[in-house]
Amino acid sequence: MIYEVFRRERKGQAFEHAGSVVAPDTEFAEAWAREQYGRRGESVALWLVPRDAIHDVEDWADEFDLKYRRVDGYSIKARLKEARERAAARAG
Amino acid sequence: MNELLLGLADDELVIGWRDSEWTGIAPLLEEDVAFSSIAQNEIGHARAVYERLTDDADALAFDRSLDEYRCAPLVELRLLDWGRTIARRWLYEVADEIRITALMEDPDVGGLAAKINREEAYHRMHAEMWRERLRDEPRFRDAVTELWPYALGVVLPAQREALAARVALDEVEAVERGSHTDDFAPLWDEMTMVRRSAPVGSQW
Amino acid sequence: MAAVEIPQDEQAFLAYVQAGGQVETADWMPDDYRAKLVKFIEMHGNSELMGVLPEREWILRAPTLQRKLALTAKVQDEVGHAQLIYRVVEDLGKPRERCLADLVDGKAKFHNVFHYPTKTWGDVGVIAWLVDAAAIISQKALLKCSYAPYARIMKKICWEESFHILHGRDVILAMVTGTPAQFELVQEALNRWWGPLMQFHGNPIPKEEDPMYLWRIKSQGNEEARQQFLEGYVPQIWELGLTVPDTKLRRREDGTWEYGEPDWDELMHVVTGHGPKTDERLAFRRRFLDQEQWVRDAVLAA
Repeated sequence: MIYEVFRRERKGQAFEHAGSVVAPDTEFAEAWAREQYGRRGESVALWLVPRDAIHDVEDWADEFDLKYRRVDGYSIKARLKEARERAAARAG
Repeated sequence: MNELLLGLADDELVIGWRDSEWTGIAPLLEEDVAFSSIAQNEIGHARAVYERLTDDADALAFDRSLDEYRCAPLVELRLLDWGRTIARRWLYEVADEIRITALMEDPDVGGLAAKINREEAYHRMHAEMWRERLRDEPRFRDAVTELWPYALGVVLPAQREALAARVALDEVEAVERGSHTDDFAPLWDEMTMVRRSAPVGSQW
Repeated sequence: MAAVEIPQDEQAFLAYVQAGGQVETADWMPDDYRAKLVKFIEMHGNSELMGVLPEREWILRAPTLQRKLALTAKVQDEVGHAQLIYRVVEDLGKPRERCLADLVDGKAKFHNVFHYPTKTWGDVGVIAWLVDAAAIISQKALLKCSYAPYARIMKKICWEESFHILHGRDVILAMVTGTPAQFELVQEALNRWWGPLMQFHGNPIPKEEDPMYLWRIKSQGNEEARQQFLEGYVPQIWELGLTVPDTKLRRREDGTWEYGEPDWDELMHVVTGHGPKTDERLAFRRRFLDQEQWVRDAVLAA
């Protein structure tokens, strides 16, 4: 069985994919991943996930304009400039 | 006490040396990495104990004559097949646990023994995991039978009953510490050859 | 935003990787690209695994506890690298068992330097320092490989190689500051290894003609790598009072190194399986592969 291995480098950090090991069960996978991905103290924790248990999602339809959900959907520069000019005119 | 500690340290040194011979050629690459860490740990334990006994751990590890080593015959055997290697690891770890646990009560070396024990816990898990996997393999079972008298020689006579109970085998006559197997001289020769090639005190 | 589409057409794919695009395991890729990847990455895995053997012999002979531990850890790292690399090959479609079978059958290649004997403790130092230095130059260039899973494992590999170089340099420093005989061991080892080291990065074909560069599996040409090695390490060798056995070796004003022509026939001869230790080492690998097959059966045939 292939186990995908994720490691946490330091407390407070997210787990990151580190690689994989082939092992007959979780016990062997742990013994082997422990050394392969942590023997120099480069990990404080590991997640071992059977590859089969991973559900892949990698396709998003973005056919119409969905930019309002993102920062690049907003261009405030011109309006901000105008607002500032009007404010200055009012004050002046 | 020093005699006991020297025996312990020599056991760890020599089994570490023997097990390090698998680095690079173990049956599976993943296991190769794991097994090498165990060999390195054992040598690290030997070094820590030598440092309790002397200022120069290297001199104690390398510069003695053959008959000054106090290791048990079990660790000297050259067992370059996996069934026997795992049988030895398993028997050794059980024996070592009994010996180390007893030492943890000692006021002088209890702290060091506890430190060693924390690392050995992983070795025991590893040995147990392999034994579970191979227990029905004839090669493994035969190897346990072959090595059992040697394993008894690792612990003191008073600890042998407990060892036999732990591994569920009948106590037999032990192969005692004090004389060496034929496998030890070639190992000593190899482990000291580079060091002996320069005058004593040379740096490496 | 939708994921970047990998062009499903060989020419467009080529343009995509040449523009710095990266590819994942499940992406479409041209057959030729996949075949080149497998060939290149498998040879890297083979080299890590065969690179274990010249040094492994000295694990039992290391002269202090510290050296013993460091050398064992270095060889252990190389086995770990082989594990990582063969996993990448396996995900590309070639199982590890087949890689190993092809290796011991002499059907697959591995790096030239691992076909030579390790005669003394001096060789152990030179291998850890200079062979690993040459290797890390090649491997750093793979951090930008167009095949992303391979590029990612290279981070761990390069990180670990950096310890090896330090270990090697430390072994060398201890010996060049030791007895005259120890210094001589280092010089002799350097003399033995210089030829293979200069051949290591391959003949100086223009990178545009190198298919591995074309697909951006590698990101630098052979000569570029060799120049980097010379620039980085010749001064370090000289400062220890060691002599590089090449009378033509010199650094030009423009920073380019000139050197005596490496023996390309020897390189070809050695990597096609005719090195001084090729047969012995492959036979040794095969012996343990066969002898311990029952263990893999017991463990993996669940």
